[in-house]
This record gives sequence, structure tokens and C-alpha cells, in this order.
Amino acid sequence: MPRMTHVPAPGSAPVWRMLTTQTTFETRLLLRNGEQLLLTAVIPVVLLALLTAVPVFDTAGYDRVDFLVPGILALTVMSTAFTSLAIATGYERRYGVLKRLAVSPLPRWALLLSKALTVLVIEALQVTLVGGLGLALGWQPRGSILAVAALLIAGTLAFAGLALLMAGTLRAEATLAAANLVYLLLLVLGGVVIPFDQLPGWLAAGAGVTPTGALADGLRSVLADGGGVPWGDIGILTAWSAVGLAAAARWFRWE
Amino acid sequence: MSRAVEIAALTKRYGDTTAVTGLDLTVERGTITSLLGPNGAGKTTTVECCVGFRRPDSGTVRVLGLDPRRDGSRLRPRIGVMLQEGAGLYPGSRAAELIAHLARLHASPLDVPTLVERLGLGEAGKTPIRRLSGGQRQRVALAAALVGRPELVFLDEPTAGLDPQMRRSVWELLGDLRADGVTVVLTTHLIDEAEQLSDDVAIVDRGRLVARGSPLELTKQDESTVQFTGPPRMGLESLRQALPESSTVDESAPGRYVVRGQVTPQLLATVTSWCAAHDVMPEGLQVGRRSLEDVVLELTGRRTQ
Repeated sequence: MPRMTHVPAPGSAPVWRMLTTQTTFETRLLLRNGEQLLLTAVIPVVLLALLTAVPVFDTAGYDRVDFLVPGILALTVMSTAFTSLAIATGYERRYGVLKRLAVSPLPRWALLLSKALTVLVIEALQVTLVGGLGLALGWQPRGSILAVAALLIAGTLAFAGLALLMAGTLRAEATLAAANLVYLLLLVLGGVVIPFDQLPGWLAAGAGVTPTGALADGLRSVLADGGGVPWGDIGILTAWSAVGLAAAARWFRWE
Repeated sequence: MSRAVEIAALTKRYGDTTAVTGLDLTVERGTITSLLGPNGAGKTTTVECCVGFRRPDSGTVRVLGLDPRRDGSRLRPRIGVMLQEGAGLYPGSRAAELIAHLARLHASPLDVPTLVERLGLGEAGKTPIRRLSGGQRQRVALAAALVGRPELVFLDEPTAGLDPQMRRSVWELLGDLRADGVTVVLTTHLIDEAEQLSDDVAIVDRGRLVARGSPLELTKQDESTVQFTGPPRMGLESLRQALPESSTVDESAPGRYVVRGQVTPQLLATVTSWCAAHDVMPEGLQVGRRSLEDVVLELTGRRTQ
């Protein structure tokens, strides 16, 4: 074999190329991961199809599909920006991936921005999937698309802060267990498929201020009721973002 | 041009444990330098201070003339780093895919297929990293350190867990790097690796630099040995009398004889004539200089492996 040259030619790629290559790479790894796909695609799609077809829960006076799509959209944001991000980041930290990237030319801010972009790309795919299935099942969305976008972004930031806080402070196994447990609890209690008015009053009040509860409630008030921007829910999500991101910035450990 | 690495009085503690104490080290450009020492000697901590993972408690570290903590963003594109045990690889990524990804973070990287082939990862390149063997992972990590065409590479135990053939191949590769002007700093607890590969060996023990020099300089000394085997318990008195006064002869183990002193052709002739007179065939007759292993043992009081 011809000997290859190692004559030094150091230098980093332009920052836009580092950002796009890192985002593409992380997106590809996520889309290939079976467990993550179960969480981000299979469960939401199956729940939407099943619960639309079979009247398991009362849907608070809405058409079943009109009630379910906003809840399932909240679930997809939680699955990607919280559960999946927490687990992936926790294991990257555990396997020294974050440490290794810290000596690559990729700046730390660019790594974080790539992770944010990756989450948004996956969410866009999920919204297309869930929205498309909803429309096929007779969903009739209302309200302003800008209000929906604002809610999705506020929800993403709220979940991402909490995900990074967990991934950066707990052991990878603990993050895996806790992230799945929270996913399951908020799937049941977070207004995703069961209306809050079916929960005991004290529980409904608590569930309403969780990120999932606020996001589901906000999305439903826009998409199902045709309401304006739900500032109360956006406020709750923004408060979670502030607390989660500040705590993550303070306590996140890279190795 | 600044030196590749200049470390002065580096001290690093973790809680109550002092990992490195007052360590001085310089590495000239275009050389291979080995940090040799037992596990826990402070080799990895020293490297981690050089690449900016750790902030020294005291002392200064300059790499390519830059402070790794303050000027990290200017330093990182110019160095390649391999972590211990090939850590830091995305487990879900395929080997070649990961190397190609890292290549795209650099301005003018190596050709990825050639590099993958060179490290014997042809087939393994398509396999997810979590399913590779330890040795294959090591090689992926090495490729990841080299792909950006760095001026200086830090390799933490680059050949640990490799089979002898692969180890040879990596040594050859590191020789190629040096020939092309890349500076290599590696850690190892393998004495033969340090001896055969390096221009300079820095022996580290309990956080301190205990010796420093080329393998030849470290093993050079006036005294050498003549060793041979024969029947056990030969009477050595007559040989002692025949040898110059400054030398000694001992039976180090039953049937194994060691003459120490200034070994000259005359001395060797004295030994063989004595053997001939006693009708003894000096099997495995060997004239030896001190090995690097003897030096390490003498300096650290323990073996590195």
C-alpha cells in the first residue's frame, strides 16, 4: 500500500460547516437508534391511531382526534427534547464523547447549538408525521400557526434545560431510568391523552404546571379551541426553561 | 519557533491526592517522546493538562507556545488527541462514519478510506463502534487523532490491548508521522515500546519526573555484564582470581552466571578460557548493557507492568 502523507496541515473547517456536519451526524445517529425511534415515533403514532379509533378515555367534549393531536404533539416534544436528549447526552458523557469533542475544533457553543438544531429537525419530522396522520384521521386544526410555533419552541427549551440538567449531573443509567419514568408519568398525567378534569383536583392542578401539562393545554387551547396565544402556558414553560437551563449551566459536568 | 511542549513545575491535585508534583518537561518539535511509568504515575494527568482538560494547580504548561486553557480554541485545531482505552467514540456510530465526520471538522483532513485501510479497519469500518473489540476501538481512536493532520499528537497508551502484529504496525505509523514532521507525545507502561520508538523517554513515577533522556543515554553506564549458563554450583574462586579486581562474578540463579565490570575483549577471553579449562560450554553467552527495564526498576523500585 502506498504510504500516506502526514505532513501537518492543521486547521478547523469553517464554523457553518462544523455546525451542519455535527447536526447531520447527530440526527443520523438518532434516526438509526431503535429505542429512540420507539419513543419519538412509534409510541406517538400508535397512541394517536389507537385512541382515535377506540374510545378508551372521555375527551372532554372534543372530537377525539381534535383532542388527541395537540396532546400527542406535546408528547413528541417531550420525547425528543427531554427523554431522548437526556439519554443520548447522558451516555455521551459516560463514554467520554463530550470530553473527546472538547479537544476537537468544534467550539462548545457550536456543539450545544448543533444539539438544539438536531432536536428541532427531529421535532419537525415528528410534527409532520403526527400532523399528517391526524389530518388523515379527520383532524381539523384551528388557531394561529405562530402561536403553535411559539408553544413548541418554549416547550422545547423547557424540556431541554431539564434534560441537560439530568444528563450532566446523574449517572447515565440513572438518567436512562429517570427519563423513562418521567416520560411515562407525564404521558399519563400530563394532559396528553387523559383530560385534566378526569384527574383528582389536586393532581390536575399539579399536572397543569408540569411542562407537558402546560404544553398540551396551550396547544389544545390554540388548535382545538382556536384561541390566541396562551400566555399563561407560555409563562409556565418559560419559567421551567429559566430554571432548567440556569441549573444545567451551573451544575452540568462534562465528564 | 516555540517548542512543541514546555511544562514547568506542573503540580496537579485531585482532592487529597497529588497526581503530579513539580514536573518539568520539554518536547522538541518533530520528535517522539514517551512518558513511561507505572499506572497512577501521573502520565495521563500530564497529558490532560497539555490538552486543556485540567487546570494546573501550579506551574505552567505551554503547547505550541499557547496556554491550553486560555488559548484552547486556537490550539485545538492544531493538535490530535487519543484518550485512554480509545474513549470518546460515539458508540452508535460506524467506525468509518465517525472518522469521516471528524474529518469534516478540519480544514484539510487525511483521505478517510486510506487512513481506515492503513489502520487495518477495512471491514470493521462498517461496524457500529459498540460492537468493535477493544483493539479495534483503539485504532479508531488513533485514526480520529490523526485525521485532521495535526502538528502535534497526544496519544494516551496508543497500543494498549493491541496484538503484537498490530502494535508493530502502529509503531511503524508513528515513525511515518515523525518522518513527516509531526511531533508525538505518548504515554506507555511498555518499556520496549518506549525504548524502540522514542527519541526521548521521560520516566515518571508517583507524579514526579525521575529520569529523562534518549533510550541510549538512559541505559549508558560504564559497567556492563557477561552472562552465561552452565552446570550449577561451579567453584568460582579461580575465575574471580583470573578476572580484573574491579569485576565481580556471581551465580545469580542455579546455573546462571553473571560477570559484572568493565567488559573488554580481554575480560571476555578470560571468561571463555576459564570455561574451556573447566570443560564447560558457556551456553547463551551474552554481553549486555543495562536494559531500560533495569533503569526503570532502579529508579522507581517497581516494574511498570
